[in-house]
Amino acid sequence: MLNLPRRHFFNSLGGLLGGAAYAQLADPLAARKPHFPATAKNVIFFFQEGGPSHLDLYDPKPALRKWHGQPLPESMTKDLNFVFVKPDAKVLGSERVFRGHGQSGTEFSDYIPNIAAHADDICLIRSMHTEAFNHHPGQSLLFTGSTQFGRPTAGAWVSYGLGTESQEMPAFVVLSSGKGTSGGSMNWSSGFLPSTYAGTVFRSSGEPILYLPNPPGISAQTQRARLDLIRNLNQERQTDTGDPAIASRIHSYELAFRMQSAAPKFLDFAGESPKTLEAYGVNQEPTHPYAVNCLLARRMVERGVRFVMLAHASWDDHQELNKKLKKNCDITDRPIGALIRDLKERGLLDSTLLVWAGEFGRTPMGQLERIDEDPGRDHHPNCFSIWAAGGGIKGGQVIGKTDELGLQIAENPIHIHDLQATMLNCLGLDHTRLTRRHMGRDFRLTDVGGKVISQALLNG
Amino acid sequence: MTPILFALLAAVDFERDIEPVLAARCLSCHGERTQMKGLRLDSRQAALRVLSPGQSDKSLLLRQVAERKMPPSGPQLTEVQLAKFRDWIATGAVWPESSKGILRTNHWSFQPVKRPLPPTIRNKSGARSPIDQFILARLEKEGWAPSAEASKTTLIRRLSLDLTGLPPSPEEVVAFLADHRPDAYERQVDRLLASPHFGERWARPWLDLARYADSDGYEKDYVRPHAWRWRHWVIDVINRDMPFDQFTIEQIAGDLLPNATPDQRIATGFHRNTLTNREGGVNIEQFRVEQVMDRAATVGTVWLGLTVGCAQCHDHKFDPISQKDFYQLTAFFNSTDELDIDAPLPGETGSFLAAQPEYRKNREALLAEYKVAQHQEPWEARMKEARANPGKWTDWDHALDALTKYLDHSLAILDTPPARRTQKQTDSLTDHFIKNYVRVISKDLQKELKFSELQKKLTALRVGLPSFSEAPVMVELATPRPSHILNRGDWKKPGAQVMPHVPGFLHDGGPGTSRLALAQWLVAPENPLTARVAVNRTWQELFGRGLVRTSEDFGAQGEAPSHPELLDWLATRFMDGGWKRKDLIRTIVLSATYRQSSDARPDVDSRDPDNALLSHQSRLRLPAELIRDSALSVSGLLNSLVGGRSVRPPLPKGVLELAYGIDAGWPETKGSDRYRRGLYVHFQRTIPYPQLMNFDAPDASLAACKRERSNTALQALNLLNDPVFVEAAQALAGRVLSESSTEERLFKICLGRAPSRREAEFASAFLREQEQVFAADPTAALKLYPLPVQGSAPAKAAAWTALASVLLNLDEFITRE
Repeated sequence: MLNLPRRHFFNSLGGLLGGAAYAQLADPLAARKPHFPATAKNVIFFFQEGGPSHLDLYDPKPALRKWHGQPLPESMTKDLNFVFVKPDAKVLGSERVFRGHGQSGTEFSDYIPNIAAHADDICLIRSMHTEAFNHHPGQSLLFTGSTQFGRPTAGAWVSYGLGTESQEMPAFVVLSSGKGTSGGSMNWSSGFLPSTYAGTVFRSSGEPILYLPNPPGISAQTQRARLDLIRNLNQERQTDTGDPAIASRIHSYELAFRMQSAAPKFLDFAGESPKTLEAYGVNQEPTHPYAVNCLLARRMVERGVRFVMLAHASWDDHQELNKKLKKNCDITDRPIGALIRDLKERGLLDSTLLVWAGEFGRTPMGQLERIDEDPGRDHHPNCFSIWAAGGGIKGGQVIGKTDELGLQIAENPIHIHDLQATMLNCLGLDHTRLTRRHMGRDFRLTDVGGKVISQALLNG
Repeated sequence: MTPILFALLAAVDFERDIEPVLAARCLSCHGERTQMKGLRLDSRQAALRVLSPGQSDKSLLLRQVAERKMPPSGPQLTEVQLAKFRDWIATGAVWPESSKGILRTNHWSFQPVKRPLPPTIRNKSGARSPIDQFILARLEKEGWAPSAEASKTTLIRRLSLDLTGLPPSPEEVVAFLADHRPDAYERQVDRLLASPHFGERWARPWLDLARYADSDGYEKDYVRPHAWRWRHWVIDVINRDMPFDQFTIEQIAGDLLPNATPDQRIATGFHRNTLTNREGGVNIEQFRVEQVMDRAATVGTVWLGLTVGCAQCHDHKFDPISQKDFYQLTAFFNSTDELDIDAPLPGETGSFLAAQPEYRKNREALLAEYKVAQHQEPWEARMKEARANPGKWTDWDHALDALTKYLDHSLAILDTPPARRTQKQTDSLTDHFIKNYVRVISKDLQKELKFSELQKKLTALRVGLPSFSEAPVMVELATPRPSHILNRGDWKKPGAQVMPHVPGFLHDGGPGTSRLALAQWLVAPENPLTARVAVNRTWQELFGRGLVRTSEDFGAQGEAPSHPELLDWLATRFMDGGWKRKDLIRTIVLSATYRQSSDARPDVDSRDPDNALLSHQSRLRLPAELIRDSALSVSGLLNSLVGGRSVRPPLPKGVLELAYGIDAGWPETKGSDRYRRGLYVHFQRTIPYPQLMNFDAPDASLAACKRERSNTALQALNLLNDPVFVEAAQALAGRVLSESSTEERLFKICLGRAPSRREAEFASAFLREQEQVFAADPTAALKLYPLPVQGSAPAKAAAWTALASVLLNLDEFITRE
């Protein structure tokens, strides 16, 4: 039997594996080159959970008022799936006022003036469609490319593909406001990829990251001493066993330590000008929590965090549409507008891809859940609106068109997979090549579909 | 140095190596439907245009691919694939006539299990068991030596973690070290196999496969209060070493066995682990169909190691499973219904019955006081009307939807005349009515009725009421439901009708159409897959990697076994020996192969980075649950009760808030139940317990055949700062201080070994320094260790707590070496 000298192994490890391979083994989040030159380095994804109404925000339909109170002819509704309303439910006219903005004249609703102010940076897609008309499957499709659970989410795929340039935070960070999302943690799961690539939830109050603060009685000094001893003992073990995975463990502890000091700094807004804080609406209601998240998103992108998701719930307005929609717009519109301006002024918009999307849209027909309440709208997967900006996106344009009622797509249907393919494309990733073998086949974010929306790209 | 690529070691095989690549990457442009440049690559004759058999370099096909001109999109072929093509053409481009497109029934895993004899080896003294002969023969082919046996301290820790999931106590280590009898190791193996914790350790991979959870999943994510009954059954029968064939039959069809016992019915809870979608607007039939398909796909993955679910929409692309095969398999489950049966635990019935008269009296009084019946009767009538006239009254449509989603079997209850309903049915419908009546009445009436007040009073009435446990099971419908092929998997597009039938290409199962027939077919000795898949997963648990690395896929897209004869030898032995799990594990852990050192082998690691040839054991990071268990165990906090209900340890603030709305919240478990093992931690699908997820526990949505072993900063924070691990460090420090107050003792408790001289120096330097730090800051000392330990200054206890926490964070502590 063989008895090998062990001590030499640790020293020669780097040589054996080659520099890059060794770095990757020690740090699975080390930054990696994309497939081709990227137009965006980072992503900020405004996830508006619940299915915001395209008809009241982005897709003006004057004809709805004409039809208000009448059911649609059966020929228009016979093949549709609805959740609650019946096909003969009555049309609900939108009370919103739409107006053209910027050079491009793109029309936006009066509920979102601050987003509208960036019309010339925004590529609005009015012809999105999805298969799922329930929340959790819809969110699963939006983030993982499939209504079947258990697959990696977009942020995880991007971390897996590109790693991160941040030395103090994981690659994929989730900022949450409002109530929880239907999909819960599945919306930022790493699926069958290692948990290294999962989204890290960052809270703006309390402990920013789970288990971040030292335990009671452990000072910064003792924490450092603990980490030093852990490193020393781990190195001893590595020398004894020759297992290179221990180097990776040592690396994780160092990152954890840096996160401990960096995370509170992200939340320390002392260096931000009063003008900035005012612009986002950080110190007032109802913008406060969302404004904090938008400002955090900028600060994280500045420090190299690859993918920031802002989850806001819920836009699931089955009843009292006008009231509830206004509430969510009042919370989110101003901070988003300020964030776009801020990124632009700092020269970051060009390298940061912004996406605003929910999992589906809402029906032209109204929904009355109770006789004594104002109506809302039901889930509608056949067409809805989303937008993208920055990071290689050609702003000031509208892609796709819906019919006069916003019931069906009239021109240029864009599937969720196309949006995903385009996001990856901006990051320099070919969606057909970013794959992982699992259960006997190569999986990818866009499942078996996806076509890059070249019209949306500056260099398309 | 070029790594040996395993795929390259075996001779090229058209059906394994070439045809799947052609099918996946070439035929869409050069196949039956499209022939770009007039080229077809779906038969040898047609492909000869670009092939020169025997001359790889002259073949246009190879040149195009090697120069990266083809395929024009998607990933390029890998180096291994290229090498395979080169070999294949060089050896004459053999293209068997029998190969008809993609339906390959001569794939290795579909052939009967063979009875190979262990090969002859040169190093005869290196073998303790036939297993070693297979492993050594392969190593000798490479000219590699195996590794030496691991030290006794490593071996006992390895065995304890592998067989019970708990680290050995220092006393157990001492006893083993002192035992010089020739069968000392066997004695340890037998002791650990007999431990009640064996069932806990080996239930966990089975729970992963079954996607076990304590809640429904999806948006509503209702708690499943009785799900644990099935888990309890699994632990129990694994401890009793129920043979795997019986284990299979009872879980798939225990209810259909003659005179099925309550336990045999509880076993069918396996198929109650599917997710349930109660989201508004979900079509109940659609979801039922999805559940049935999920059950069939799960059977495929768990027992056959095949991705049969792929055939839901189309014939399987790589394996000979047609869409019809899939729906025939699905049909076995299509006439099965979910039911929660009364399954009282020992002692429950008496106290439950005794408390009933008083409880019923109080409940009826409350219902009368709030005039429930007076409103419920017309409500029921109106519900029936709404059901008959969908779309007529929106609010009633909603109310009806809520009734069908939130109360299982509600329509059947509604259709049963009140006098013929069971007590449970009556109560559940009334409770639902009280909670949901608000959907259809005015706010004024709501105020008048005060039903929310009534709800609180009814809930209060149930506090302290003796429970009467139920169990989730499967039952067969009296009249079978017809099954159809569903066009592209769409429940609204049924095609031809099908009968339940097993995938015949594996072996003929006869005409049986019941779930029992399916279960018996799975474990018939002629089934080529079940035993191979099962022994491979056992091997995977003990070596970190299966003999077939793709333990989830034994089909054409899976990897070939590294040691095919060994796999068959184990499978045969498993079946011949009566499918005994403990015997299989015993056989494996007694081998010299298992007992090898897990130290790296610089001489072979770069050529066999995955350690497929087993020139050594592997260091494996422990699964999530075992990390918790280890910390609780060494600190003395562990509540080692086996089986029973799930527990909710404290959940960090801010986790519950991320879910859409968990009705039940997270009522923290009090007392020593908080310190139960990780596999008892309540698994709420939309907010899984963070420590489990940080360490790669699966999300319980699909059958999980193996776990990732990632390494992240969040794991570091988890072990450093999570109150569970801080509490463990405190208790561990207390334990050491009350025992011998030496670093050596601490190392022995945690790692089963004494520290090296350098390690001891590092540790005592830390202790000295931290004692000073805490002496200077007594408040901090008391925060870290809040209780004075007899004879120790607070600073000392705090310093020891800090040191204990360091031990709990060591790579070695969370690794099985």
